[in-house]
Formats: sequence, structure tokens, C-alpha cells
Amino acid sequence: MKLRHLAAGLLVGALALSACGKEGSPGAESSGPTQSVAADVTVEGSPTFQAMTQRGRVVIGVKEDQPGLGFKDATTGQYSGFDIEIARLVAANLGFGPDKIDYKAVPSASREDAISRGEVDYYVGTYTINDNRKQLISFAGPYFVAGQSLLVRSDETEITGKDTLKGKKVCSVTGSTPIQRVKDQQLTEPENIVEFQNYSQCVDQLLSRQVDAVTTDDAILKGYAAQQPDKLKVVGATFSTEPYGIGLNHDDAALRGKINDILAAAAADGTWKQIYDSTLGKSGSPADPPELQRY
Amino acid sequence: MNVLLDNLGLYMSAFVGTVELFLVAAVGSIIGGLLLAAMRVSPVPVLRAFGTVYINVVRNTPLTLVFFFFAFAYPRLEIFDLSFFARACTALIVYTSAFVCEVVRSGVNTVPVGQAEASRALGFTFGQTLGSIILPQALRSVVPPLTSVEIALLKNTTIAAGFAVFEAGGIYQNLSERGYNVLVGLLWVALGFLILVVPLTLLQRNLERRWSVAR
Amino acid sequence: MTTVLYDAPGPRARRRNLLLGAVGVVVALGAAAFVVYRFAVTGQFDPDVWQWILYKNIQLLLLDALLNTLRAFAVAAVLALVFGAVFAAGRLSDHRWLSGPATAVVEFFRAVPLLILIFIMYFGVSRGLGINVSAFTALVLGLMLYNGSVLAEIFRAGVASLPRGQSEAAYALGMRKTQVMTNVLLPQALRAMLPTIVSQLVVVLKDTALGFIILYPELLYQARFLGSQVQLGSPILPVAMVVAVIYITMCLLLSQFAHYLERRTRRTRPGDPAAPADGTAVEMEQVRVGTP
Repeated sequence: MKLRHLAAGLLVGALALSACGKEGSPGAESSGPTQSVAADVTVEGSPTFQAMTQRGRVVIGVKEDQPGLGFKDATTGQYSGFDIEIARLVAANLGFGPDKIDYKAVPSASREDAISRGEVDYYVGTYTINDNRKQLISFAGPYFVAGQSLLVRSDETEITGKDTLKGKKVCSVTGSTPIQRVKDQQLTEPENIVEFQNYSQCVDQLLSRQVDAVTTDDAILKGYAAQQPDKLKVVGATFSTEPYGIGLNHDDAALRGKINDILAAAAADGTWKQIYDSTLGKSGSPADPPELQRY
Repeated sequence: MNVLLDNLGLYMSAFVGTVELFLVAAVGSIIGGLLLAAMRVSPVPVLRAFGTVYINVVRNTPLTLVFFFFAFAYPRLEIFDLSFFARACTALIVYTSAFVCEVVRSGVNTVPVGQAEASRALGFTFGQTLGSIILPQALRSVVPPLTSVEIALLKNTTIAAGFAVFEAGGIYQNLSERGYNVLVGLLWVALGFLILVVPLTLLQRNLERRWSVAR
Repeated sequence: MTTVLYDAPGPRARRRNLLLGAVGVVVALGAAAFVVYRFAVTGQFDPDVWQWILYKNIQLLLLDALLNTLRAFAVAAVLALVFGAVFAAGRLSDHRWLSGPATAVVEFFRAVPLLILIFIMYFGVSRGLGINVSAFTALVLGLMLYNGSVLAEIFRAGVASLPRGQSEAAYALGMRKTQVMTNVLLPQALRAMLPTIVSQLVVVLKDTALGFIILYPELLYQARFLGSQVQLGSPILPVAMVVAVIYITMCLLLSQFAHYLERRTRRTRPGDPAAPADGTAVEMEQVRVGTP
């Protein structure tokens, strides 16, 4: 029976390749709150905003492989997640509806380049505010404060926090700050540290029991946990502070002020909470909007 | 220079990882290659066909794909657990065996027909012909290209760095975490490989020169 | 050629071969059946994990990935051929100051692992020198340097394999070095080496998969991306199978083309003094297999 399904599937697949295939997504569409698009917005003295208005569209740098944060559904091409909703919120308040947004997936390594060269108007994607980066670009926000935590399989009982990792295989992304912290604090033995190119690969290894924990910012981990709550859970207190900001051109103080105002308003009127609950909140852990750092 | 001296421990352990991976995979691939070659020259059509199919498929598969399969897909099959190191070795052996087989087979083919005919006339069996007459002679034309294949294997071990095995290919990642100049660090890695590869290349050319005049 | 090793089998040998054949079939089928069984048990044939293939966006994504692979292959192949030709010419030069450095460059890039070259381009140059190098450029440049060096060696070996009489006769006719090379040696060498060159292009095609490690969105990269899509059942094995079929088909076609060229070269020049003797055939094979 199953075999016939498969054969039929393959046949249809082959036919589809020559004609055209299914549209839409197998999963339930989940989207955040709809934002009302502001009209007649002006941001005095902002070259970036001027470029956006002339273009008539806004280009937002995002991540496409972080479920719950910035994720592109391969079947629909739609972006979803907490970061995406924040990006939409900002765009709406700058006068750009969802149909006027172009998302551009930018890998972590080239974020600063993409922003300073103007390839994206602003960047929302698990972007930790720190002083090194502030020399190249500037940050609005933070709109979320993450901290390093641990993702384990839901049947895991031995790992409860960072001090229970001894003898366990821990996975993270090569060259990332979290794995360096594990090494520096000697949370596990060097031979138990496993490094892959991105977090999805680590989660894959976690699910197939090749590693025992994945460590990075809790926001990223919650994204995976929210996606498969019956298989994964986030455990332990956070052991670092990672304020996520919206990356902007270094010299565009006007736009930075404007986006900070938008974030402050969203925090005050409960929009932030709505966005959180419809995305990362599904993992089961609540959060509140952080204090803005204006500079 | 500082990049190297400050991280000497890192470089040493990484290259030890490379050499370990290389040695295990080299021995494994030679055994695998000999088995495959025995199949490909055997009088049993089924075995010959199997050997041919294996060679044609594996030689036309990217090594990265073989690694990909063992790193991500193999655990899903839940056969039995292998460490990342063991899976990297398996990937390298599966891939390199095909090339070793081809070298051995073409080496066997360089032995003049008369040799085998003479041994058969003396009543040698297939196994005896192969073991006492053909292989000792074929060895001369097999070893130099075999060395090239194993050199390629040595260089290919770097791909394991993309699949969670710590070896020389992974040095740069640690350097960039520690804030060192990655370019200089990588050039030292390249130099490390030159030190490993050049002697093998010289050996191979030497063997080739000395042994090719024998016939 | 394999018949060198054994006579036409007699009755006993036939029986033994039959037995060995049967054992071989049983072992091979057993292994295959076991793998298929594990696939089935772990749900790799469930329709759920194959439904991704039906979606238009995914088909377009894979098509795009295939184009990315082919683009990297095409650009790298052309650049490698040019690089190879230039450095082969350099190595064949009579001037020490030219052949020395050319030899050093070729030997260096042949000895350094391709992935390290790609890393140097991608991470080293962009972070060390501040020049932004895209994954595509890094991949293509790495492929060019490595395969170009191997091709330079192939070109050189092709010219070197020609009988001395060819160039001696050309010089005797009063041709200059360049004329000898372009009118007499190169056309013959290229013809003899064409199958090897095409085989090397197979290597280029295979090695584009290394782009996966520096996150260049080629086939393998997108296979991993699709494999991690939970709403599609994380179909990493099904996707890997499809991608493997695509890679192997492309490489096999190119390899078959190389075989065809080899057969044609051999057929059209029986008894030709320039035809590669057995020794050079082995040598060519060697240059070809000495690659990842």
C-alpha cells in the first residue's frame, strides 16, 4: 500500500517537474499579528529611509534557517518567525506593508558588509549587540535579550544545566562564541565537543542521538523546541547575555532613533507580547520586552 | 610566525588527527581496493559486474556527498552507532577503495599475457597465477600510482573538518575564535600539508623512475 | 584483458565459479536487502517524507541549486583550462626564470588540499586582507588553482609523451620554438590528452560539492536545507538520494564522454607512432586518479 503511494508520489513528482507542482505548505500557516501600515512617515535626515522611499520597497536582511526566528518555508517561500515579525513591525511603522518588503538572507559572516554597503536597509536576525560590531554598524534595540542555554532531547534527564555537561557530547556551530565559552569554561571534555556549519545540523545530530546537547542563545534553541516540542526541550538557566539588536548603517542616527521609538511603542502597547507569544512563546517559556539602549 | 608558535598545540593535535585519519583510511582503502580488484579480474561474472558497478558509481560520486551520507543520513538508519571519526574513516575508505581498485586492475593488465599463459601451462591455478606470478610483477606498476591515490586521500581527509572531525582542515575555525589572523594561519596549514605531501610525491616519482625502466 | 588470468573454465571450474557467483549474489542481495530493510523500518519510504518532491517551490529550489552547481562548474572548468594552458606553457619554456616559478606554482597547488585553498580564498582573504570574497568566487578560484595545476601537468605530460622525432623534424624544417609547439606538438598532444582532460573535468564537477562546506547554495547545501525542514518530515535521506542520483548521472555522462573520446582516439590512430604506448596510458591514468 505504502509502496504504491510512493510509486504514485514519484510519478507525480516526475510529472510535476515537467509541468508544475503543488503550491502551499503542508504545515499549518501560522502568522503573527497583522500590523497596520503607517502613512506619511518621514524620518528627517536619514539617507537609508530616503533610499527606501525612492525605491518604494524595503530590503530587510534576515536569516532563513532559524525556525521560530527567521525561517524560510521551502514549500511556500514564505518567511516566518520572531525576527521576521519584528522586521515587519518596523517596516509597517515606517510605511511599508508586507507586500513592499524584500527579504534577503544574509549569512552571519557577512552581515556587517551587507549593512555598510547598503545591500540591506536594516538587518533583523539574532544579531548580538557588541562593541566590536558597533564600530562598523549601529544597533537599534535591543528588542530581545537572549542568553546561552542548552537544547536536549525531551527524554533527557541527566542534563539540567551547564554544570551537568561533563561526559556529554555538546554540539554548536564552528567558530561561534557559545562553543568557545564551553571550551573556555571546560564544561565538557575537548573530545566531546562537536562542531558543525549551522545549528540545524547540530539539531539533526541531537535527534539522531549522535550528540547529547546543542548550545547557543536560548532564542535559537527555543525556535527548534517550538518546532518539535514533543522531541526537544530547552533546559537550565542562561549563562550569558546576548542583547539582540536591529543592525543599521553606522551613521544613520535618525533612523536608529525612529526604530527605537517604534520598538518602545510596541513594548508599551502589547504588540511585542503578541508577536512573542505567536512565535517563540510556543516553546512554553514566557518573556518580556527588554529595556532599550539608546545611544 | 606568532600564529603558529602561539597555537603550536592546536596545530600539533590537528595534524595528528589528520595523520590518524589518513593511516586508518589508507590501510582500509588498500584492503578494500584489493578485494574489489580481485572481484573485477575474477572469472565469476557476477563478481565482475558488482565490482564494475561499484567503481562506476563511487568514482562518479563527490566525496563530500559520501561524507554527507555518513554524517547525516547514516544515523537515521539506526543500524549501529559509530563515532564521527569512524564514520569519516568509512566515508574515505568507501571512496578511495574504488580508485585503489582501478590502479591495481590496470597494474595487473600491464603484465604480459605470456606470463599468465606460461604459468597456466605449468598447471598453476587462478589463485596461484595471481599470487605468485601476476601480482609480484604488477606491484611494480601499481605502487607508484597507488602512492598518488594515497596522497589524494591524505589531502581529502580535510573534508572531514566539515563533518565534525577535528583535523588540520578545522584549524582555521579555532584560530578565528581566538582572534588570530586566519590567512596566516591557513598558510601554515598549507605548509604543513606540503611537509606531509612532498616527501610522498618524491617517493612516488623515484619509484616511478626506477621501476618503469625494469620492463 | 582479464582473460589473461585464466583459461576457459572446465567443468569443475564452471561449477566452482557458479558456486562463487551464487555466494556473491546472495551476499550482494543480502546487503542490499538489509539496507533497503533499514530504510523501510526507519520510515524512509513513507509517503510523508517524499511529499516534498511535489512542491513547485522545492522543484524550483533544486533547479536553482543545480544551476548554481553547473555555474560553478562551467566557470571553474574554463578558468582551470586557461590556467593549465598558461602554466603548462610556462613549465615547457626554455627560460629558467619562467619554467622555475611555473613549476613551483603548479607543484604547490597540487600538494595543498583543495578545501584548504578554498578556505584560504573564502576566510583567509576576506578576513585577513579585508577583501570581500563571495562563496562562489572562493569556490571557483580554489577549483581553478587546483585543477588548473593538474591540467597543466596533463598538458605537459601530453607534450612530453610525443616522440622526439616530431619536434626534431619540425626544427629541421626551420620552424621556431613557438611554431613547433603550436603547429606540431600541441595539436597532437591535445588529441592524445583529450580523454584525460575531460576526466579531470569530472573531478571539477564533483568538487563543486565542496561549496557545501562554505555554504555556497549548490545541490548538497539545499539538500541539507530541505532535510532540516521539519514540516516536511525532515526528509534528509530521501533528498540525499535524489541529489546523489543527479550528481552521479551528471558525472557518469561526462565520464562516458571521456570514454567515448578515448575509444575514438584509439580507433583512428592504429600504428601511429604518436599513439600513447602502454606506459603512457598508465601515466595518464595516474595523473587522473591523483585527484580527490
